Amino acid sequence: MKLIQGNEAVVKAAIKAGCRFYAGYPITPSSEVMHLMAKEIPKVGGVFVQMEDEIASIAAAIGASMAGKISMTATSGPGFSLMQENIGYAAMAEIPVVIVNVMRAGPSTGIPTAPSQGDVMQAIYGSHGDYPIIVLCPSDVIDSYLLTAKAFYLAEKYRSPVVVLSDEIVGHMREGIDLPEVEEVKKNMPVVGKGKKIHYTGLANEDGFAIYEPEKYEKLIKKLYNKIEDAKDVISYKLENPDAKTIIFAYGSPYRTAKAVLRLAKNVGIFKAETLFPFPEKALKKVAKNAERIIVPEMNVGKIVKEVERVVGNSCEVISVTKLAQSIDPYTILRVIENE
Amino acid sequence: MSDAIKEYLINLPHTWCPGCGNGIVLGAFIRAFKESGIDEDKLVVVSGIGCSGRVTQYLNFDAIHTTHGRALAFATGIKLANPELKVVVMMGDGDALAIGGNHFIHAARRNIDLTAIIFNNSVYGMTGGQLSPTTPINTKTTTTPYGNFENPFNIVELAIAAGTSYVARWTTYHVRQLKKSIKEALLHKGFSVVEAVTGCPTQQKVKPTEILKFQKNIKPLGVFKREEREEYVEKYLKLVESLRTEKL
Repeated sequence: MKLIQGNEAVVKAAIKAGCRFYAGYPITPSSEVMHLMAKEIPKVGGVFVQMEDEIASIAAAIGASMAGKISMTATSGPGFSLMQENIGYAAMAEIPVVIVNVMRAGPSTGIPTAPSQGDVMQAIYGSHGDYPIIVLCPSDVIDSYLLTAKAFYLAEKYRSPVVVLSDEIVGHMREGIDLPEVEEVKKNMPVVGKGKKIHYTGLANEDGFAIYEPEKYEKLIKKLYNKIEDAKDVISYKLENPDAKTIIFAYGSPYRTAKAVLRLAKNVGIFKAETLFPFPEKALKKVAKNAERIIVPEMNVGKIVKEVERVVGNSCEVISVTKLAQSIDPYTILRVIENE
Repeated sequence: MSDAIKEYLINLPHTWCPGCGNGIVLGAFIRAFKESGIDEDKLVVVSGIGCSGRVTQYLNFDAIHTTHGRALAFATGIKLANPELKVVVMMGDGDALAIGGNHFIHAARRNIDLTAIIFNNSVYGMTGGQLSPTTPINTKTTTTPYGNFENPFNIVELAIAAGTSYVARWTTYHVRQLKKSIKEALLHKGFSVVEAVTGCPTQQKVKPTEILKFQKNIKPLGVFKREEREEYVEKYLKLVESLRTEKL
């Protein structure tokens, strides 16, 4: 057992999963990912490069992926904003890349050292146009490890950008954990330098060559969506007391708060979403059938709660609990339960 | 079209206007590549966005069309991921020096083994003839209807100041010299920049023949920098090697 930090667990998992390319730019509260990468990845023959900005970082990571490396970058809010255009590029050109965003309080520079979950919608809607993306959301150190490994697996399998949406609390949390073995990921796409005359482009395309007909474009975009939405191994979640009257729908560090509530209150269950997008609709619908209320604690103004409301409809009450720039106290949730 | 060019061109007809210089630069590149003896399976061409960005749609190599201004950053990842590759980056003046200016100076600073060919027509052709960072002073464009009062970049001086180890400038009038410099750049170890001055008859509303006459008298032209210097990827590989040895 080792005492390690969430951000460090990301690096450990990445290297074990086969990540051999990291490009990044320093930013609080994600910098520890970069520090450990700079030290560790050359030891396994991988590449670390500090780029001139976050736009260049994701561009280099996508380029490395096209050239055969399992690759990633990590950042926080302002850097995540800068990366958005090229995240769309990776979606359109179908290039695997893992982006870790350790969320901090925004908008703009915000409170760089404070936790947040303000980027949850940006993670799926951040780039322009219609494109699907996979978003995983770790709640603690072991999650940071396992979901990062899963992110690489999904990125390569579905040739898609995958976002690991951590937050300042998860990133800086230290826990004693055992690091299990993870599957080493293999490249699942044509890469340059093999004499195959490969063409990639961000234009709507067929095999790398531009298409302009609306019908072909629509077919292409639907294919991109179907690839992610029909996948059976993308959505993961965990249920605790799913038959309870009160369900706490938690993702990221508020899951830890939900765990504390579970110890303090009776007839409470947890729906822990590890995959935030595609949204775990079917499983949530099922849980909502038996529940009287679903509480959604978030460190933002209440964003995923709208997704929950959309999915749950009238089958039970949905209550938003929000806190900005700090963790959610379990008693805040307890008071909500007691007042009902 | 000579056979050397035909062999590597696909997906024609191209979208470039009659009288555009892009085909001349691309032709010079293909001939230079052919003469260089570089393995075509190890060549990757990377381009950005704009008229010049379209080159990758017409080349029968591994060819990657990236986002506006970011071609050098993508290319940095490609080269580091597979140092065996010869990575050539083709950009326009707006692509390389306005939106991509940051990546340009940092690629130069690193002296990473990439060859940058800048198609410099001093205007944004595809989007409608706007001011670019190399538009000469007093020029009227669609965004400088009263004349340009911004100072243009001198690509050669900028490249040298930022640390580029091979720098040349030619025009689409000087085709043979352009080809020779591209070939030298391809064989150079380190960051190399070849500025190819072209024109845009459509947006600049000048006859192609007039553009060539103008280019004939552009000064200075030639090779301005040629220096053997330690290259970035090699340095990184040495580090990786030393760490591996340490472990044993």
